Amino acid sequence: MREVELKMKERAAELLQSGEVARVIGWKKGEFYFDPTPAVFESADELDGFVYNGFCGANLSKYLIQQSKKEGKTAIFLKPCDSFSFNQLVKEHRIKREDIYVIAIECQGKLDVEKLKEKGVSAVTEVEENGGEVVVSSLYGTVTLAKDEVLLSKCETCKSKVHQVKDEEIVFNEMQAGKKDRFEMVEKLEAMTEAERFAFWKEQLSKCIRCNACRNVCPACSCIKCVFDNPASGVAAKANDSEFEEQMFHIIRAFHVAGRCTDCGECSRVCPQNIPLHLLNRKFIKDIDTLYGEYQAGETADGKTPLTSYTESDAEPNDVMNGEAK
Amino acid sequence: MLKIAKERLNELYGKIAQTQGLFIPVKKAGEVNYAIWGEGKEVSLETLKTVKSPKNMFFPQTENMMKFKTEGKNIDIIDMRDEKRPYVLFGVKACDYKAIEVLDKVFLADPVDTFYKARREATTIVTLACSRPEESCFCSVFGIDATAPAGDVTVWLDNENLYWQSNTEKGEALTAAVKELFTDGGEAEVEAQKAATKEILQKLPFAALDLSRFKPENLNELFDDPAWEELSEACLGCGTCTFVCPTCQCFDIRDFKTNDGILRYRCWDSCMYSDFTLMAHGNSRTTQMQRYRQRFMHKLVYYPSQNDGLYSCVGCGRCVNKCPQHLNIVKVIKTLGGKNDD
Amino acid sequence: MIEETLIPKVGVVTDIRKDTPDVKTFRVVGTDGKKLFEHMPGQCAMVSVPGVGECMFSITSSPTNQEFMEFSIKKCGCVTEVLHAMEVGQQITVRGPYGRNFPVEEDFKGKDLLFIAGGIGLAPLRSVINYVRHYRENYGKVVIVYGARSADDLVDFEEIKTEWKNEPNFEVYLTIDRPQEGWDDHVGFVPSYVKELGLDSNMTAVLCGPPIMIKFTLQGLLELGFEKSRVYTTLELRMKCGVGKCGRCNVGDKFVCKDGPVFRMDQLDELPDEY
Repeated sequence: MREVELKMKERAAELLQSGEVARVIGWKKGEFYFDPTPAVFESADELDGFVYNGFCGANLSKYLIQQSKKEGKTAIFLKPCDSFSFNQLVKEHRIKREDIYVIAIECQGKLDVEKLKEKGVSAVTEVEENGGEVVVSSLYGTVTLAKDEVLLSKCETCKSKVHQVKDEEIVFNEMQAGKKDRFEMVEKLEAMTEAERFAFWKEQLSKCIRCNACRNVCPACSCIKCVFDNPASGVAAKANDSEFEEQMFHIIRAFHVAGRCTDCGECSRVCPQNIPLHLLNRKFIKDIDTLYGEYQAGETADGKTPLTSYTESDAEPNDVMNGEAK
Repeated sequence: MLKIAKERLNELYGKIAQTQGLFIPVKKAGEVNYAIWGEGKEVSLETLKTVKSPKNMFFPQTENMMKFKTEGKNIDIIDMRDEKRPYVLFGVKACDYKAIEVLDKVFLADPVDTFYKARREATTIVTLACSRPEESCFCSVFGIDATAPAGDVTVWLDNENLYWQSNTEKGEALTAAVKELFTDGGEAEVEAQKAATKEILQKLPFAALDLSRFKPENLNELFDDPAWEELSEACLGCGTCTFVCPTCQCFDIRDFKTNDGILRYRCWDSCMYSDFTLMAHGNSRTTQMQRYRQRFMHKLVYYPSQNDGLYSCVGCGRCVNKCPQHLNIVKVIKTLGGKNDD
Repeated sequence: MIEETLIPKVGVVTDIRKDTPDVKTFRVVGTDGKKLFEHMPGQCAMVSVPGVGECMFSITSSPTNQEFMEFSIKKCGCVTEVLHAMEVGQQITVRGPYGRNFPVEEDFKGKDLLFIAGGIGLAPLRSVINYVRHYRENYGKVVIVYGARSADDLVDFEEIKTEWKNEPNFEVYLTIDRPQEGWDDHVGFVPSYVKELGLDSNMTAVLCGPPIMIKFTLQGLLELGFEKSRVYTTLELRMKCGVGKCGRCNVGDKFVCKDGPVFRMDQLDELPDEY
C-alpha cells in the first residue's frame, strides 16, 4: 500500500501545482496509524500530512457535494466501492461529473480498529500491514493478526473491486472482492420467524442513540433538509426512548434510500453502537434484485432505476405482500 | 478495605438489587452500556469504556417532564416527577465520575434542576479504578487519577478479587448492606495495581497534552483562530461525539401529542446539529465550522470561564474512539492548546 | 411539591390587541385572575402553547402594573402563528421571569434617558419607559426615537400618542421608512434620524430593534460622542430552558437567557461575534 500512497501523493502534488485542479480530497494523518481523517488539500505544501493506508475506510464521495461547488476542479481519490456512490451522486444531480477529476485507487480491504480491540488488543499505538497479516503494537505488547479477521464488515463482503468511474487509476496489484456472501445475513434474517426477526431488530435498534451519524455519512442521504430535522414535517424528533421512534427513523431512512443505496456500508461503519444498519438496505437490494431483476445502484451515472421506472411486468404489490411475486 | 472473590460478584449484584436498582455496565447486542441489572444479564466490568457514559442515569437521553391536558380553552398541567427509588450506579470510571461533577455544576446551579437532583440524591455511586487504560485515554491531563476515583464507594478489580472501600456516609450504608459477602484485606493488591497502572498512564500517547492556552482571557483570540476551518473540515455534523460524551449536557424540550394529552419531554440535543440555534428569523451558527468551534470552545474555554477554570472535558477519549471521521478534542488541543508558551 | 422552573404556570389570555398587521399584544393573568409573577423591565418569560412549542418573549408591560402582564408578539414562526390565531379566554402557559433586567434602579437612576427602537424592538423598551413614567421623579429627561416600516407598523401607537407624548419632560420622535398618506411626521430610517436629531451624548441610551438598525444606530451614536459603556441593548437567540442549562443561547461564555438579554455595548465588544 505504501507505493500506492506515494504515487497518490505525487499525483496530488502534480495536479495542484499545475493548476489542473483547485483541490484534492484525500485523507490526512491522524494521531495514530489507524485514525486518518478525510481532508481537502488546496496546495502541494499541505500534502505533508497526506496518508493512504489500511484504515482509510471512509467513503469520500459525499464531501464532493460541498467541495465540488467551489471554484475550480476538484480531484478525488476513490476506492472501488466509493466509485458507486460517486456515480449515484452524479445520477441524482448532486454533483457534476465535469467538475471532478476521479483518481481510482487500489484497495485491498480496509481494517477495523474496533475489531483489533475485540481480539483483546487494547491501547493500540501502532499497526503495521504486512500482506495478509497485521502486526499490532500496544502498550501491553505486540500481536500479529490475520487481516481477514480484522477487516471492516463492509470489506468482508466487498461487492466489487472494479472502479465504476475514473479519469486515471493508481492500482499496482490485483484486487479481490470480499470472500463472504453479502446476502448471507439477510437470508438468515429472512429465515427467521417474524417474532425472532422482530426480537433481533428490537435488540439492535434499542441501542440507537439517534446521533444521526448513519444519516449524515450516507451518500444517498443528500437532502438539503432532512424530514427528521424539519419541524413542519410532524416527524421531527430527537427522542429515542420508544422503540417506535427508532424503528421509524431507521426504517423510513432505509425506504428512502432503497434503490439508490449502493451498499457502501458507511452506515454500519460509523454507528457508535455497531448496529448492522446495512442489513436493512441489503434486504431492499435483495428484494429489488428478486422483483425487478439484478440491479446495482451506482454502476452507471445514468439510465433508469427499478423503483423509478414502471414496466408492465412489474410485480404487483399484493403479490409481493403475499410472497407470490417471481 | 474489604474484598470479594470475582466468582461471587453475581451474589453481590443480587444482594444490592434486593433493595435498590442496580445500574451496571451490561453487554447487549455486542455493546456495553449501563443498564439495570437482573439475573442472566451479562455484566462487563472489564469494559473500559461503555459506549454511552453513565450520564444518562441522571440526565436521561429522553425524559418526560410534564403532561398537558387540554379541554376547550383550558389547560391542566400534570407534574410527572415522582419519588425516585434509591439506586446504585456501579462501575463508574474516574473520568466519568469527574464528569458528574461537571454536570452537577450545570444542573444543580440556581435554579436547581429538580429532575436531575432527585436522581442524583437517590443514587449511591460505586466507582471502579482503571487497570488497563487505552491509547485514547487522557484523564490525567485534567488532573484525574484513574487508579483512585472518588465516589461513595471505590472498588478495584483484578483477576481474582474485587476490593471495596467506602468513602462517604452513603457508601457506608451500602457497605453495611452487603458486608456479609466480604472479607477483610486487599490493601497490598490494590497498591500493587495502582503502581502498575500509573506506569502505563505515564506512557499514554496523550499524557502530555498542553492546555495552557485555554484560558478565559484568550477567548476571543481562540475563537478567531483560523485553524477551526481545517479542524472542522471533515465534520459530518452528526451528534456522535456529543452523545457519547460524559459532559455534554445540551438538551431540547419538545412536545409530543399523545392520545392521552400532550407530553412535554426533554431529550439530549447536540450543538453539532444545524437546527440547534435555528430561530424563526435567523440562525446564529449557520456553518458546521461555527458549530464545531462552539463544542470545543465550550469544553475548553466557555465552561471553565463560568466554573472557576474547571474544564468540561475529562479525557475519557470516547470522541477519539467514536467519531466516524476521527475528528476529536485531542486534535483541537494539539492544534490550539499550547501556542502561548513563547 | 418542590418548585421546578421548567414547569410553567397556566395563564389566561384576557385581552388581545392588534397593534400592527403582524404584531398583537396579549394580556395575561393567572387562573386566579392575579398577575402570574413579578418581574423587572427587560426581563423575559417563556410562553408556550402546549403541543406547539415554547418561546422566550420579553415582558412588554411595566412591573408597576399590578394587574396583568402583557406580551407584544410579532407573527414569525410556529408558536407565534398559533398565538395570533388565539381568542380571548384561551389558556397558555408561562414561566419566568428570566434574565437580567435593565439597570433601572442602578445606572439609569437620575440620568437622562434615550430610547431608540425599531419595529417590534419597542416591546422590551415599553416596559422600561412605563416604569420610568411611574417613578418619574427618579429620572431626568426622556427622549424616545421610534421608527417602523410604515405608520401601521408602529407598535403601541395609541399609548405613544395619548400618553407618552404628553408626559412632562418627554420628547417623542417618530419616523417611518417611506412617505405615507396621512403621515406628517418624520420620514427616514432610524439611524439617520438619530444623527439628524443631534442628541445629547450625556444621555444613557437603550437600543432595540433589528440587528442592522442597531449596528448603524450605534455607529451614529458613537459619532455623536456617546460612550459604549452607556449604551444598552438586548440580544435574542434560540432558547429552550431559560436558565443557562440547555446550552444553545450562549455568545462566548455568556448565556443570553441568564447573563442577558440586556447587555451594554462595551460588554458585547468583549464577546465573540456570533449573535
